[in-house]
Amino acid sequence: MSETVYGPVTDWATDFDHGSPAYAANQHKIWDDLKSSGCPIAHTDRYGGTWLPLTHEMVHEIAYDTDHFSSEGPVVGQLKPSEVPDRIGAPIGPVPPISSDPPFHAEARRLLLPAFAPKMIDPWREEVVAICNELIDNMGTADHIDAALQYSQHIPVMVIARMLGLPVEDGDKFRGWVNLVLSGIGEERTEARMAQFEEFNAYLAFHVNDHIENPRDDLISFLLNAEIFGEKLSLEHTVGTVILLLIAGIDTTWSGIGSSLWHLAGNSVDRRRLVENPDMIPAAVEEFLRAYAPVTMARVVKEDMEFHGVEMKKEDWVLLPFPAANRDDNQFADAHIVQIDREANRHAAFGLGIHRCLGSNLARLEMNVAIEVFLKRFPDFSLDSSEVVTWSTGQVRGPRALPFVINARA
Amino acid sequence: MRVHVDPSKCQGHNRCYALAPELFDVDDLGNAFELNDGVVPAGLEDKARLALANCPEFAISIEE
Repeated sequence: MSETVYGPVTDWATDFDHGSPAYAANQHKIWDDLKSSGCPIAHTDRYGGTWLPLTHEMVHEIAYDTDHFSSEGPVVGQLKPSEVPDRIGAPIGPVPPISSDPPFHAEARRLLLPAFAPKMIDPWREEVVAICNELIDNMGTADHIDAALQYSQHIPVMVIARMLGLPVEDGDKFRGWVNLVLSGIGEERTEARMAQFEEFNAYLAFHVNDHIENPRDDLISFLLNAEIFGEKLSLEHTVGTVILLLIAGIDTTWSGIGSSLWHLAGNSVDRRRLVENPDMIPAAVEEFLRAYAPVTMARVVKEDMEFHGVEMKKEDWVLLPFPAANRDDNQFADAHIVQIDREANRHAAFGLGIHRCLGSNLARLEMNVAIEVFLKRFPDFSLDSSEVVTWSTGQVRGPRALPFVINARA
Repeated sequence: MRVHVDPSKCQGHNRCYALAPELFDVDDLGNAFELNDGVVPAGLEDKARLALANCPEFAISIEE
């Protein structure tokens, strides 16, 4: 992985870059060093000016304060929302409802909530179990596997593609676009990159049109029939929501599954406990979500303001590092220790406030099943020390190469 | 003991419903509410406290 267009970081308090490989590799230490040096909120001029608050209290406060912080730009980019050509601005934003502000947000979100409520998601369990088992069957008898490339990255793609009504076999394309949109935030805006965006838009236009001509029982057809404020959704709204559901549901859960398996490969005591007591898996998943929360969101400052002693300017980016909030000692006892049987765990892995991750029930189901099946089939595995684990850059963090040695199979 | 979910704070994380389905349920949108007017049957007090300690939005309260 290469440096961003802004070059190597010189100082994490005043010049941080959350898109850099160094941040992806060392973020827990970076936050600790910043906080212990008396800097609970870091700043950078990169991306046109960005803030990084690190305490649970600040992250909670910003997530709740929709009067001062807009969701118009949930992912930090090199262009400010107002600089993006043909962009749908607040309160709708380009990918509703994650990019929407009140009062529009509540209506756009209410449309989608029933499809992702527990009673609609729980019936997918058998399907996810079958997907996970099939992925392991496909590994054959190899002793060396890559749990990211051969396992975690496929699980969420196969489910969300089916829910949306997109071809499951296009998984490689989806992952390419996910990398484009999320991991490549700090890369040069080359013509090749722009062409990839064009290709993504053309793909979506084709499939949405196909659903207009051939309606079926899936989420794209549902969106095409849905109404907001008594009218059909605009085509931009529909396409934006399809982009959101496709992108947001893929590398987030892929990261969550990967980080959990990475922990278990390196911690044999925890792995053995879960193999012997599978009923502990749900609590362990919550602890993995706390300790290795994949997602950081972003907000845009609406007007110049003061926040905890710093001067924020209109259109500054503000990151919401839920993973850092989850490691705040003022909120969690022994926040730096991973305790798979932790009882009090009000972690913020799925966000806080009105933008709570819409797909959290699906993500939890996929994580639980993925770990359950993996441990059942591979009761003993460890990191392959001859290969390197790599982590994604940007606002979603998880292992992208996860070389394992399989020591026992069942 | 009684439990209560503040509907203005609940965002549908579903932690209470997952941990204590005897005490909480969720509606079609995925938002939680207390069962049985919030009355906690004897023996389930620890489950009520567990639900409270796992709500990310601090939406659950307990009356002892």
